[in-house]
Amino acid sequence: MKTWNRRTKVLLLTAVMAALLIALYALGALIPDDAVASSIQNAKQPPSWEHPFGTDALGRDLFLRTLKGMAVSMTIGLAASAISAVVAVLVGVCAATGSRRVDACVGWVIDQVMSVPHTVLVILISFALGRGLRGLLVGIAATHWCSLARLIRGEVMQLRSQQYVAVSRKLGRSSGWILVHHLLPHLVPQFFVGLILMFPHAILHEASVSFLGFGLPPEQPAIGIILSESMRYLSAGMWWPAVLPGLALVLIVLLVDKLGDHLRMILDPYSAQE
Amino acid sequence: MNLLEIQDLSVSFRMYGRGLEQTDLQVISGLHLAVRPGEIVAIAGSSGSGKSLLASAILGILPGNAAVYGQMLYKGEELTPQRQQRLRGSEIALVPQSVAYLDPLMKVGPQTGGPAEKRRSLFKRFGLPTQTEQLYPFQLSGGMARRVLVSTALITDAKLIIADEPTPGMSLDQALEALRLFREMADEGKAVLLITHDIDLAFEFADRVAVFYAGTTVETAPASDFKTGPEALRHPYSKALWRALPQNGFTPIEGFQPYAGSLPKGCLFAPRCPYKTEQCIKEVPPVQEVRGGEVRCYHGT
Amino acid sequence: MRGAGKRLACIFLGYGVKILSLLLAVSLLSFVLVTASPVDPVQQYILGLGTAVSPEQRAQLEAYWGVGQPPAQRYIGWLSRLLQGDLGQSALYRRPVADIIGERFQNSLALMLCAWVLSGLTGFGLGCVMGLYRDKWPDKILKKVCYILSSVPTFWLGLVFLLVFSVWLKWFPIGFSGPIGVQSSQVTWGQKLYHLILPAFTLSLMSFANIALHTRQKLVDVLNSEYVLFARARGEQDWALLRRHGLRNILLPALTLQFASFAELFGGSVMAENVFSYPGLGSAAAAAGLNSDVPLLLGVTLFSALFVCTGNLIANLLYGIVDPQIQEVAP
Repeated sequence: MKTWNRRTKVLLLTAVMAALLIALYALGALIPDDAVASSIQNAKQPPSWEHPFGTDALGRDLFLRTLKGMAVSMTIGLAASAISAVVAVLVGVCAATGSRRVDACVGWVIDQVMSVPHTVLVILISFALGRGLRGLLVGIAATHWCSLARLIRGEVMQLRSQQYVAVSRKLGRSSGWILVHHLLPHLVPQFFVGLILMFPHAILHEASVSFLGFGLPPEQPAIGIILSESMRYLSAGMWWPAVLPGLALVLIVLLVDKLGDHLRMILDPYSAQE
Repeated sequence: MNLLEIQDLSVSFRMYGRGLEQTDLQVISGLHLAVRPGEIVAIAGSSGSGKSLLASAILGILPGNAAVYGQMLYKGEELTPQRQQRLRGSEIALVPQSVAYLDPLMKVGPQTGGPAEKRRSLFKRFGLPTQTEQLYPFQLSGGMARRVLVSTALITDAKLIIADEPTPGMSLDQALEALRLFREMADEGKAVLLITHDIDLAFEFADRVAVFYAGTTVETAPASDFKTGPEALRHPYSKALWRALPQNGFTPIEGFQPYAGSLPKGCLFAPRCPYKTEQCIKEVPPVQEVRGGEVRCYHGT
Repeated sequence: MRGAGKRLACIFLGYGVKILSLLLAVSLLSFVLVTASPVDPVQQYILGLGTAVSPEQRAQLEAYWGVGQPPAQRYIGWLSRLLQGDLGQSALYRRPVADIIGERFQNSLALMLCAWVLSGLTGFGLGCVMGLYRDKWPDKILKKVCYILSSVPTFWLGLVFLLVFSVWLKWFPIGFSGPIGVQSSQVTWGQKLYHLILPAFTLSLMSFANIALHTRQKLVDVLNSEYVLFARARGEQDWALLRRHGLRNILLPALTLQFASFAELFGGSVMAENVFSYPGLGSAAAAAGLNSDVPLLLGVTLFSALFVCTGNLIANLLYGIVDPQIQEVAP
């Protein structure tokens, strides 16, 4: 054990976390719809061995619904963060390599997106696109790219002032060549780290928006919808539909967050020497 | 009588590694130094030799993970942490390296402290305009900042002034002016401990020079010896240092100064010393009096 | 001091122009978005009434939304009425949108202000503790708490609090801004406050981690700084040192950050208000979106942008006052 250095340990831990996440996802995605079908005779049962999270008012098993909902949330979160990260890279590179005016324009657009509270903006977008998956995706993607775009803009600005880029330019390389050969390779880790750090936020956002009723249709087993439904039975003392799925959500978000931290450590070239 | 006397001072840092691993990093070891009223003692040595930590050790403001061994006497009495707390800022004053040692959000006047009358007369003496008090540190020019920093020490009536690298970043004129100020202070009966890596300036203005190497003083000699040349010096490192000066041949010293944490067992200079013997490698040489100076070498002449 | 006033006026004007441009863009964006939506605001209003409307009423509505006109003209028409203070009639509440916003903002403001002050004070205080005990156990524990809190969704926290404090312990009411069945004009201040505590506490937990971690970092930087070392060399110590150099360098940046976080505050209040059925702007926004109340949704969006921009403006002004370096560099 002693021969393992810190980097190996981090790699191993990351692999374990990733495997756990993928397993949870696969489990959720593979649950058939009739496993979460309603059965009135089982309604409102507190947690037991048979139903670890209990059942809801329609008698659906909450543990399976939560797992299924988690898979849905992760899919949406991943898709939205991927879109967001691509937008961020495009915008960031444009701002850094374009003219001053383009840069100012991008800065202004970012300021604008930041000046409307994200929840309100997602409500608006979701309203405009007709509620549902599309509105949710676009809404979350539209609100998450700003900080990564700023980061990438800064990174590209710094790279462009590096000596080897200046040498390439002197050698007569086109700016397209420089972009592909010198700039983009540096942005690949930034892109992935940005994406993975955005991921937990996107999941939380999805849950919030679904909770408000702007996300997926109510028959979908999303966490936000389960929690929103749970509110109706809260005063009757039904605690499990509110507490347990939410706790599961928090744990998943923490897991993804930790995974992101570790991936950043691995992708960060400065830690490679350890 | 010595105003400040330091015997066998060692400073080490406790470093926490992974898990429960702990290592002690020795940065100052077996340091001897004495400062008398009315004189400037320069501590000269290359960067990374722990000179600034000596100032912190005297003032008692080392970080929490530092451990101090040995004896420090101020006016013949032991410098305990309580006494250091009482003396610093009143009897012992520090002239810091740069304007970064001033609070960026506080105007110069209140930061200099002291009664307003005295501050104004000090500023006047240093040729600082009265409105300097109303400026923020970043608005000071390099020379003004230097004079403000010196003022913070003079306003306190301190008997011992420790100036930590006061010259880098200054033009030659400014550096000379700053050193003249220290000379003036010494002539008024104060003692000045001048920490610098600028050996030329050190032996131009100091009364005595302590050569600092890898966390200890290898030789303390009258400044005049450095002007005379290597034959007047006692320690092989001092001689080598003299020869490494641009005007004296620019001969580099072979090897590297050892890092704290990988110090040699015996004489700290032994790995690089042309005169080393078996004894030098095994044991740390004691401090010896040689021709009116102190040297830590078995072969000091 | 005249120079400082002038400089602040400069910041105010410069940022004011930017805010105007941002608000204009927000109005355009939101107008385009609602126009693109499948919902027809005129139809929606009439549907909501449930009875037939007279042709005059219908014509009035169509005139407000500019039915039949090209999009640019519709926008300009809508905008000019907006600037005259006419935000239209809410389809959901059958009242002018401006009135609804005014009334609900009072409730939201009370909620957000309480949460803002609470999160600011606890965040700053805990940040100072973390900074002073950096890398010791109070710091380690609080840091973990901060990281975990930032992974907990506000609305779920609200649900859990509701369950624990209202349903089980019965310390606090289930929701709303006053007792059910009592006219809103007759609700006393005490009752309002009683209904406010739990939502405000929930909302404050959302944002305090940010301010605490920021303050911690700032304080660590300050304590490691050369000027604190010098201050210690000059005999200053402990609380006097913290008061003289620490607070000066961390308090106003923290306050600035707190003002710049109005967007998160408003976003969080949307969630908190929905969990606690609190009649503020946030629950109005959600209700407007769910019930396709276009004018109300537009009004709340614009108002929230104005709110966020005001916070940013204050943050900028504060920054201008605080940092002498900016004072001198700015023209």
